[in-house]
Amino acid sequence: MLKSVPSGAEKLIQCLEREGVEYIFGLSGGAAIPLFDALVDSKIKLVLVRHEQGATHMADGYARATGRPGVVLVTSGPGALNTVTGLLTAHMDSAPIIVIAGQTNTVNLGKDAFQEADVTGVTYPVVKHSYLIKDPADIPRIVRESFHIATTGRPGPVLIDVPKDVSSGPCDAPFTDLVDLPGYRVPGRGDPAAIAAAAEYLKASRKPLLYVGHGAVIADAGKAVMTLAEKLRAPIVNTLLGKGAADETHPMHLGMLGMHGTAYANKAVVDCDLIMSIGARWDDRVTSDVEAFCTNAVKIHIDVDFSEFNKVIRPDLCVEGDARLVLEDLIPLVERADTDAWLKQCESWKRQFPLKYPKKGGLRAQHVLDRLQAVTDGKAVITADVGQHQMWAAQFIRVSSNRHWITSGGAGTMGFGFPASIGAKFGRPESEVWAVVGDGGFQMTMSELATASIHKLATKVLIINNNYLGMVRQWQEAFFDNRLSGVDLEGNPDFVKLAEAYGIKALRIRRPADIDRKLREAQAYDEGPCVVVAEVIREDNVFPWVPAGAPLSAMLLEPPKVKLEKPSGST
Amino acid sequence: MAAPEIATRPHQSEHVISLYVNNKPGVLVRVAIVFARRGYNIDSLVVSPGAEGDFSRMTISCSGDPETLEQIIKQLAKLVDVVHAVDHTGGEAYGTEIALVKLQCQLDERSQILQIAEHFNAKVVDYGVESLMLRVYGASEKLDTFIELLRPFGLRELVRSGKVLMARGLQET
Repeated sequence: MLKSVPSGAEKLIQCLEREGVEYIFGLSGGAAIPLFDALVDSKIKLVLVRHEQGATHMADGYARATGRPGVVLVTSGPGALNTVTGLLTAHMDSAPIIVIAGQTNTVNLGKDAFQEADVTGVTYPVVKHSYLIKDPADIPRIVRESFHIATTGRPGPVLIDVPKDVSSGPCDAPFTDLVDLPGYRVPGRGDPAAIAAAAEYLKASRKPLLYVGHGAVIADAGKAVMTLAEKLRAPIVNTLLGKGAADETHPMHLGMLGMHGTAYANKAVVDCDLIMSIGARWDDRVTSDVEAFCTNAVKIHIDVDFSEFNKVIRPDLCVEGDARLVLEDLIPLVERADTDAWLKQCESWKRQFPLKYPKKGGLRAQHVLDRLQAVTDGKAVITADVGQHQMWAAQFIRVSSNRHWITSGGAGTMGFGFPASIGAKFGRPESEVWAVVGDGGFQMTMSELATASIHKLATKVLIINNNYLGMVRQWQEAFFDNRLSGVDLEGNPDFVKLAEAYGIKALRIRRPADIDRKLREAQAYDEGPCVVVAEVIREDNVFPWVPAGAPLSAMLLEPPKVKLEKPSGST
Repeated sequence: MAAPEIATRPHQSEHVISLYVNNKPGVLVRVAIVFARRGYNIDSLVVSPGAEGDFSRMTISCSGDPETLEQIIKQLAKLVDVVHAVDHTGGEAYGTEIALVKLQCQLDERSQILQIAEHFNAKVVDYGVESLMLRVYGASEKLDTFIELLRPFGLRELVRSGKVLMARGLQET
């Protein structure tokens, strides 16, 4: 008997299998039924979420934890549009995710059919690339191209819109490994002349600084960064997303720079005579006042994405290429520089201006996170949400290995942290995974408690609960005469009871004396998810703090005695 | 009769970009978004088939500050569907444009109009009882001048093709 021709949906799922997809994070719906039907016979495991946004953040967390693309499957219209925030998050932070969306039948496109939305149209600005499949025969090529585009060069999200007649119709097109994209270039090694010029600049520098970003994480350039740093005897700072690329516990590492960076990192930025970006894009959280940023320092920019060159600042030298490959070519050309005085200066700043927080006056987020670092011995994968807790986590959790720190940086998407931890745990079941979230962000995607519960996923959620949208409250206190508006989260549920309602183990930290015991109890529990609610003092502010748009030298180390000017920078 | 004052557009901030793109649905939108997101105005846009069937040519005239333009060209080049993006501003290229001009005019005005038309090598392509349609082509600046000279005669409608351009010699456009 002749083997029957597979449907478009079956072919598409087979293509995903060929790409090595293990998990699909998805939520079904009418236009996607053929695709979900094809999953029944597939070895790919479906993780059924409770809201499509959660699926995108799970895929993103999976991708960032493993370096492999995360895949999302949703239905048309509202289902697909619920992925927009997740697409933006992945786009801003260069995370490789593939969103496959069901779509109404081709003949109904543009006719306001039920659950029809112009999904490719809506998502153009937030994807690296997208496809609307019109012919089942294109499925193998489009899936191959999508994975290639999502994962190479500067990674990013790709959307595939699949009309129901395309997924239902027959597809006998062969699988393909060939990618023919004349408009798509993947930079590899850097231009040797530019790399030699970088070596010359480094040779002349007495106060060099390596500024490490997400590009170094993606390129797995951490080892090369450390080798270069040690050979040059140059200190290192990293961005929020660059955490973990290079070992933050190394004596020459000064931690995170920028708005809430360490004082010593920012002092080094202000005082250096050369700053070299390794896959970092001079974001406004880093440069703050661009005009005043490193005015006297030589600036070198290594980036896989040439459109980042001259976007925010005009560097003295740009090197296009993969961060790791560029550094590996650079290392043999550099010599140990005379940086003893510079390193001594950085050391002294470290001693003089350490990160600190009051040990008295109730339970503080900083204390809890400081202890989380100690209890997990810096070995856990941390996914942080967005807000004050994120900045405190970035300050107090020093990350020593790559892909152990995941957070929404560019988009600042509240609600990211918890589902991202689910994706990370699926991708790295052997790793200890902690989501660090605030009470505000957690409530945006907490319906995924069901997803974590049903899979008995031994992921941990640390809720820093101050019953406020704390970062905005901090701004209102400092810049708006403490006129609080829209920040009091009165009406929060009891998060312990909430978790228990999902059958999830939950613990509460009320006093500093509880911290270690409860964290260890959560750590030891491996039968399913565990939620730890830290009931922290309501009003506390993140320091150091560079008011948005102010020069880094205007950094505040503690609460100001006088009222602050309203910031000139945005948000 | 005094010579009419001729308003010319500022040229220092005008740019012409040539794109070679995949001939696929949605490419035009992706290109337009790159401009719109940065508040950059497109003055004219010509899309036509390329020498190879699967590709199209876009010639975009736009105006704005050079820093934003640099970013726009890089973002255009980054689009998967854009094979290449070249800024021809100030480069060695031949550019031309065609315009159709409809005038509402009386018989006694026509000799003056035809005199101007002759000077600009414009051709009358439609004679009406009360109207004239003229076709003119050449450099965009020449067309600007031609149109301004005709404006006092009752410019009824104007359709310009937008500038098309090709690099000289064997250089790629």
